[in-house]
Amino acid sequence: MYANLPFIMVGVIAIIGIATLVFKKNIIKIIMGIALLEAAVNLFLVTLGYRHDSVAPIFTDAPSTQMVLPTVQALTLTSIVIGVATMALLLSFAMIIYKKYGTLNSEMIKRLKG
Amino acid sequence: MLHSIAKHIPALTVAIPLLTAFSVPVVGRFNVKLRNILVVLGTVLTSAAGLFLAYLVFTQGSLTYAFGAVSPELTVPPDSGGIPIRIIFSIDAFSAFMVLIVSIVGMVSTLYSLSSEKMRTGQDGFFSLLLLLITGVIGMVSTGDLFNLFVFLEIASLSGAALVAYRIDKGIAVEAGLKYAMISTTAGLFVLLAVGIFYSQYGSLNMAVIADKIQFTQLDMFALVFLIVPMAMKCGSVPMHLWTPDAYSRAPAGVTAFLVVSSQASLYVLFRVCFSLFNITMNTQVFGWIVIIFGVLSMFVGVTMALPQKTVKRLMSYHAVSQTGYMLLGVGVGLATLGNPEALNAYGKTAMVGGVFHIINHALYKGLLFLTAGAVIYATGKRNLNELGGLGHTMKYTMVFFLVGAFAIAGMPPFNGYASKFMIYESVFKFNPLLAIVAIIVSILTLASFMKVFHSMFMGPKLPSVGEVREVPKPMLVSMGVLAVLVVLGGLFPDIIIKSVIEPAVNALLAQGDYIGMVLGGQ
Repeated sequence: MYANLPFIMVGVIAIIGIATLVFKKNIIKIIMGIALLEAAVNLFLVTLGYRHDSVAPIFTDAPSTQMVLPTVQALTLTSIVIGVATMALLLSFAMIIYKKYGTLNSEMIKRLKG
Repeated sequence: MLHSIAKHIPALTVAIPLLTAFSVPVVGRFNVKLRNILVVLGTVLTSAAGLFLAYLVFTQGSLTYAFGAVSPELTVPPDSGGIPIRIIFSIDAFSAFMVLIVSIVGMVSTLYSLSSEKMRTGQDGFFSLLLLLITGVIGMVSTGDLFNLFVFLEIASLSGAALVAYRIDKGIAVEAGLKYAMISTTAGLFVLLAVGIFYSQYGSLNMAVIADKIQFTQLDMFALVFLIVPMAMKCGSVPMHLWTPDAYSRAPAGVTAFLVVSSQASLYVLFRVCFSLFNITMNTQVFGWIVIIFGVLSMFVGVTMALPQKTVKRLMSYHAVSQTGYMLLGVGVGLATLGNPEALNAYGKTAMVGGVFHIINHALYKGLLFLTAGAVIYATGKRNLNELGGLGHTMKYTMVFFLVGAFAIAGMPPFNGYASKFMIYESVFKFNPLLAIVAIIVSILTLASFMKVFHSMFMGPKLPSVGEVREVPKPMLVSMGVLAVLVVLGGLFPDIIIKSVIEPAVNALLAQGDYIGMVLGGQ
């Protein structure tokens, strides 16, 4: 049960993220929903990399050379970096929209039609 | 020298545009002319590398490239216990086919943009992003590593979204860009979730290893859904098409032509996942029908939404949704018959050949149509069809190119759309006559819609409100001309193209064993 707790948290965070993405009207909040979803996915990846009673892949003073392959940790780092770029882009779009439209309400931002 | 270039060609197709992309803004600070030369050189070299790669694959069989290995062919290190641990590019005929499309359209759209963006600000960033988009798409179609696929997908999405919003256009373009960025980020996150699920079960990120071990467990089912739905979303299939018309119609024309290819790279991933990763371990009948339903919905909804549109690029964007449906339909029929070799050989494979052939045809004629629309907007400054008219008097070349594209999209002989659409009708009719009838009706509606556009843009007397219109500059005409010639050639010699390019691509897609063997060797 305790071992599955992180996965349950992944589910909870992801659902909060998706709910924010779908139901909120404010663009900044929608972007926050995406950030939450991203956090859930990163947590999921890191959780996958956890092995009970195993040795971290740091060779100095290691008790054994049988170590965990740190692939998922590397993936998570990459994913966080990509996430920063995405957030920067999305938030800068939100800034320009606020400057040009004077609102962040997604219901008011409907100049694209057809 | 030449030999070592040939050896590293898969890495070069990604490295050249990536390095050029980041050196463009630096050079642009000092000299604009030098920067333009660099952009041209970078794209030409990328396309040359891409074409050479495609040539190598089609003549000598598939290629693998292990990054950072002693020798690039060494996909499985001798001391790793049979597990490929490096990032591997695995390029079979289907990947090479996509690289071919990217090379052609990438070069054309850069050439076009160099001319159409000449008078505008911020070109350093523009070309940097365009080259990054090319990098992302080439990477997506050549990689054999699932996480690497996610990284390239994000590169393509981010640069694509930034390009859509690049000309802020009183905020409207940014609105489209925001929509595109949100959709692609969410799609990317689901792909990453699927990657995590695969890694947790099979302990590898390499597609060939996963394909080798795949069991189709309950978790794999989730992973499949997390891969198919985002990819259908990113290729603009109905009911997830809402971003397509906005993004396509607001991006600069040269970019739109390439965004079409970028969407098709998502289609590539969709097909790759279905055929190379899962193949017959999943219920191909059910998933085949899901793809077919996506396809038919896209075809029909796309074209019916296109009919009442008043702005030229938005109308064409809905047609892009509709044409994506044909590819999904053709390959979906192949997927549905995958478990049944008799049906597959009788008509399933022909449908797939038609669907895959339609990918390249669509990239060419849709690119051409978006470029002509861009030329009209460039010359007149107007997007609305009701305000346009009589352009045929002055923009004769653009008119001819538009007609070529319009006939090709409607499936009229002797243009390339006819060749692939006819194959789809014929084979899908044997699978389910109703689907073929829908496909033909959609084609007729497409023709009707494009005749309307042709008439309101080019026919009639010169309008005083449009003013004095000049033909667009030569580089833009040349880039449209290249695509138009390819569209006509594709319609005149479909047999040669199908034999030398399309059939190997479809065979590579069907032969899961070859895809696994390519990386893991004969173990």
